Order: sequence, then structure tokens, then C-alpha cells
Amino acid sequence: MTDLKTFLKELIALPGLSGYEDPVRERIEAEWRPLVDELTTSKVGSLHGLRRGSGPDPRPSILLAAHMDAIGMMATRVTQDGFIYFTEVGGVDPRILPSMPVMVHGRKKLPGIVAQPPDKLLPPAVRGKPVEMQYLFVDTGLPPEEVRELVRPGDLISFDTQPMDLPGDLVAGHSLDNRASVAAVTACLQELKQMEHFWDVYAVATAQEEETLAGGLTSPYVLRPSVAVAVDVTFAKGPGISDYRGRGLGKGIALSWGPNTHPHLFDSFKALAERLDLPFEIEVYPRYSGTDAMGIQVVAEGIPCMVLSIPLRYMHTPVEVISLKDVQRAGRMMAQFIAGLGPEFVDQIRWEEVKE
Amino acid sequence: MSDATIPTIAAEQIALLEKLSNACAVSGDEQQVRRIVLDEVKDHAAGIKIDALGNVLVTCQTRDAGPNPLRVMIDAHMDEVGFMIVEDDKEGLLRFEPVGGIDERQLPGKVVLVGKENLPGVIGAKPIHLTEEGETGQKIPIEALRIDVGQNGGKVKVGDRATFGTRFRQIGPSLVGKALDDRLGVALLIELVKHPPANVQLLAAFTVQEEIGLRGARVAGYSLAPDLAIAVDSTPAFDLPVWDDHENGGYNTRLGDGPAIYIADAGTLSDPRLIRHLAQTGEALGIPYQFRQPGGGGTDAGAIHRTRAGVPSVSVSIPGRYAHTAAQVSRLSDWENTLALVYHAVSRLDRSILSAER
Repeated sequence: MTDLKTFLKELIALPGLSGYEDPVRERIEAEWRPLVDELTTSKVGSLHGLRRGSGPDPRPSILLAAHMDAIGMMATRVTQDGFIYFTEVGGVDPRILPSMPVMVHGRKKLPGIVAQPPDKLLPPAVRGKPVEMQYLFVDTGLPPEEVRELVRPGDLISFDTQPMDLPGDLVAGHSLDNRASVAAVTACLQELKQMEHFWDVYAVATAQEEETLAGGLTSPYVLRPSVAVAVDVTFAKGPGISDYRGRGLGKGIALSWGPNTHPHLFDSFKALAERLDLPFEIEVYPRYSGTDAMGIQVVAEGIPCMVLSIPLRYMHTPVEVISLKDVQRAGRMMAQFIAGLGPEFVDQIRWEEVKE
Repeated sequence: MSDATIPTIAAEQIALLEKLSNACAVSGDEQQVRRIVLDEVKDHAAGIKIDALGNVLVTCQTRDAGPNPLRVMIDAHMDEVGFMIVEDDKEGLLRFEPVGGIDERQLPGKVVLVGKENLPGVIGAKPIHLTEEGETGQKIPIEALRIDVGQNGGKVKVGDRATFGTRFRQIGPSLVGKALDDRLGVALLIELVKHPPANVQLLAAFTVQEEIGLRGARVAGYSLAPDLAIAVDSTPAFDLPVWDDHENGGYNTRLGDGPAIYIADAGTLSDPRLIRHLAQTGEALGIPYQFRQPGGGGTDAGAIHRTRAGVPSVSVSIPGRYAHTAAQVSRLSDWENTLALVYHAVSRLDRSILSAER
């Protein structure tokens, strides 16, 4: 069993772009194997871990979903000179790309950097402005013929910033969205090993959240959980975010309130956090949570969902920053919630107006 | 057959370049590079002086240069572009300003090192999810960016310098790292100090504050009072695709085409005799070279050639793509050929060049 911070840093050093999650899934599988009773991979590439509860058959079940896919780029064209033009996978602000270290996954792995051409090589109308993605390209430093032989359109290009520790138990790097939540689910499974729990637990590392929600929309269909928790990252206060949309970094996890959240689950989590004296903030999202819960909630006849969020600075940049304390808190909160689930909980999930 | 008196580039020199590239020496605080330079040259120099600005001025050993040797100054600047912390917003967030020419479009999403202890930090950006319509078409102004060093208990102070945190690496034929402008020159000059041409008095100037106005070179040129000077620097290679696939007429220099000899830049009209001498050396010895497209930009030669009564000067640069960003890309072969060209050109010099026609 790897120490949580080490595991998280290993996870964010791996590629695993949406639709191509194999490298990160293999690492998660290795970590989860001793923590679960069954491990399977879904038809779209999500990882399902089942940890059986102690209740009699048939038992209710809870699904914990954390997406494991990462944003990045995909090659669209290789020039005669061996430069690689690209498009985005997931939401990428082109303004973070110039000089970013990347890895091109061609016939071989080729490290490179994103080049911002000088203004004089760009159309006059765009000079002096942030360079749009269509004019950026990857320079591998290799001879053109070698690049042309090894790279073709469709090859993935992943962020290649190395994981970093920052003082205060902070971790910086790319893909902390949402590998931090994968680590939180892992922490939960580790805690559950020491605990008695009645319900079955499906730990799911979902695929393709950043592009299609394919994992969130399909795993619950197969697993049919009684309830689900989507764990994802949320915006932490910092440069560019000072208003209601930002949470304190390292100040506790966020319980997210909005249309993808079932009120009863929200109330239960809030009561639990208060009882355990776990620091938390309430976060509101008026329309969409931007998490797997958007998929899970509408699977089959519908599934009651909770959205837990870990504050993170600089989302979708290669230098995302997260507090390991918050990751641990998210894991602990899920484990405690699961340990408290009795056979009666499913029937208690009701709407206020129809209670009694 | 290798001649131990001729400088070459091998694993040892690349390791030194790595150390120099990874060191932080923002203009005005060149301590980390100065320390490496002093350590490297101390056993090889006839004299070392650190002047009032922090330049390291090395008088090299002469072997058989005679009683009145030609005084040849070779210059490489130790400093790099970077930042200074100007305000502490608390919570580990620091406001900063640029030192030297940095395109602010190069800043979001970068790892940086801060202060004398090279503490890690990051420059983040607002999440794309929260950008307003049209916002990604606007630059993020440097005033809106912060260096985030985490909760390090106030270890970083206003006035500290910071620079990119990129670690040097070799990729195939290329050298990739920060501050290769001008650590390529510094490492090359260290090799020349260790292997000085026998026919001249070599004066090595490792200068400060080049990136903020050639300020070190000005006093270094005065102190050393050379007969002629060569600035060894790194110049941009814009050998990149043009957006509409037209021919790139403004490439400046090209990677792999060898050392770039300057004819004219914004601050210097190179001495034509020295331009000719460098080119002839390249032709005679089969060392590839290119002429940098005349135009803007500049090197320490811009200050040196106007010191005292005037110093015939020229610049030779190692081409580099993406200078003044987190990661410059240069070619090992260009570096090797620059060292060879400068060494052999100096070895073939004598006083007659000073009386030759221009």
C-alpha cells in the first residue's frame, strides 16, 4: 500500500487522456486490488472495484465515482519541418500552452515543448494577442524525418509537467483534476478495510468525463447502485477567483448543492460532517455540477447523487494545486458515510413533502 | 587524434551546461552562476577580479604569446531574464514584475523557482471554465498573475528574484532548458579559459545585467581594455512555419546551420575585419557558420565597442528557438561549432588584423 501523497504524485505523472485511460487505470488497479473483492473494466474503459458489505443478500450499494481521464491535446498535422500541430482533448485554454513541456505519444514517446511562433510569422490581425491553438505547435527537437516517421494525426499529446510538492502539504501538477479524487476514493477504501460496512461499495474510476461523460453515463447502468457520490475538484480561491465561486484551499471539502445533488443525501453528508467536526464549505452550482453526477443522475430510472468537491487552484493548467489534507478529508468523509449506512437508509431517501 | 590544448564538448561540458542552465541568476543577482564560474576557472586563471557590478573578469594564462600579446576579450553574460517579487498578498501568493524582456503570454501555467534557496512555485491561471466570452482572446496581464509558493511561512520576501523552474534536458540532437541564453556562452567561455589559445592574451568577461541594458559589459570592456572583443551569446532562431505556409523570410538564424556571425544589430555594426576573419576561419577549417540576418537585437558587443577609444568587436551566437521563455531549444552541434569557430579564429589572430583594411 502506497502512501497517499506518493500514490497521487504517481497518478499525475501518468498520461491517460479521455478515451485512452489505460496507463492510469493500470496503476489504479494495482492500488485497489488489495482493497476490493472484484475488479472489472467496463465497455468504455472505466474501472469498477467492488468491496462487498456485511449485510445479507441482496444488499444496497453505493457508487463512488472519480474520473481518471485527463485533458490534453491530439496531433492534427505533422509538417515537412517536423512540427506537430494539434487540437484539444477536454477544455484547454490556449493561453497556458506556450513553452509547456509535453509528451507526444507516437510510435515512440517523444518529449517536446509547445512552441509559440513569433508574431511576425502570424497573421497580422492576431499579432500581440494570445496565440490561438491553431497556430501553436509542438517542437520535439528531433530531426524532421524522424518526427514524420513517428507521429501521425490522432496521436495523443499529454501535459508533461512533473509533480511538485509545495509547502503546507500542497501538491502541484497537471491532472490533479481529477486524480486527486481517485486518491480520495482510494483513501476511503483504505479506511473501509478497518471498518465494518453493511452496504456494497462500488469504487469507480470513470473514463471520458472531460469529453463525453461516457463513464458516468454507463457504469451506473451496469452496477445499478442505490445511491452515488461523484467526487471531483472545484475552484479554490486564488488569482482570478475571489467571489462566491471559490472555496478555501486546504480549508476543507465542499458539499455541492444544486440540481445534480439529491437534497436528502446533501443533508445526510452535512449532518455527518458536523458530527465528525470535519471542516467543510457549502458550494452552490445553479445549473450543472460539471461532474460525473450529471451523467449518473440520469442513468436508467435515475439515481440519487451527492457531489463532493475538493478545492483546487488553477484548474485545467499544468500547475494545478491541491491540499493533500482536503484529499484525505474527502476520503474520510466517504468512509464514515458508508460505515453509517444501514439497511433502512434507502427507504429514507424521500422528498420532504412526502415524508410520513 | 585529440589535442588536449584544444577545447571540446563532451559529457563533462554538457553536465556543466546543465548545472549552469538550472542555476538561477536573474539580472542584478547573478550569484549562483558567478559561484559556478569562479569554481570552474579558479585553477586555470592567471588573475581573477570580481568588479563593483559583479562581473567576473579573468586574465588567462599565456603560453607563448610573446612580450606584447594581442589582448582579446571574449564576453558571455551570466544573467538571465526573470522576475522580481514586488508584493506579498499573503497566503503564499506573490505579485511580481518582469526583469528583462519576457513576453507575458509565456507566463501562465509555469513552474518557477524563487529566492536564493530556489523555492518552488507556480504561476497559475484562472480556470477555463470561468472565463467569459472572448476572454481567452485577451492576454492575461502580468498584474493579474501571481506566483504561488504554497504555505511556506513567509520564506519569500519582496525583492527576491524568481525565474522559470525548467530542468535542463538533452533530447536527441537538441539541448532544452531555461537560460541557455547565455549559459551556452558561459560554459563555452569556461572551456576557453581552461584551454586558452596560445598566441594571444585571452581576457574572459563573465558579465552581469546584459538583459537589462548591457550594463556589466560596459565596465568590463573598460577594465580589460582589450585590443578587440568577441561577444559569445545566443540569438533567436525563428526557423518555424509561417501561418500561411509561405516562405519564412524572417528566420534570423536556423538551428543546425552553425554559429551565427553578426554583421549588424540594433546596437553594433560588427568590425568587418573580424566578420571576415571568422568566416575565413570557418571556410578554411570546414566549420559550418551562418550570418545572422541583420536587424534588431543586440549583445554585450553593443557596449564593449564603445568603451575607451573604441574596441573592434563582433558577436557570435549559438542559435536558439524560444529564447526568453521557460524552455529554449538549441542544437548541440551548433554549440560545438561555435566553440570550434571562436577558438580557431582567435588562434589565427595576430596584430596585423588591427591594421588591415576594413
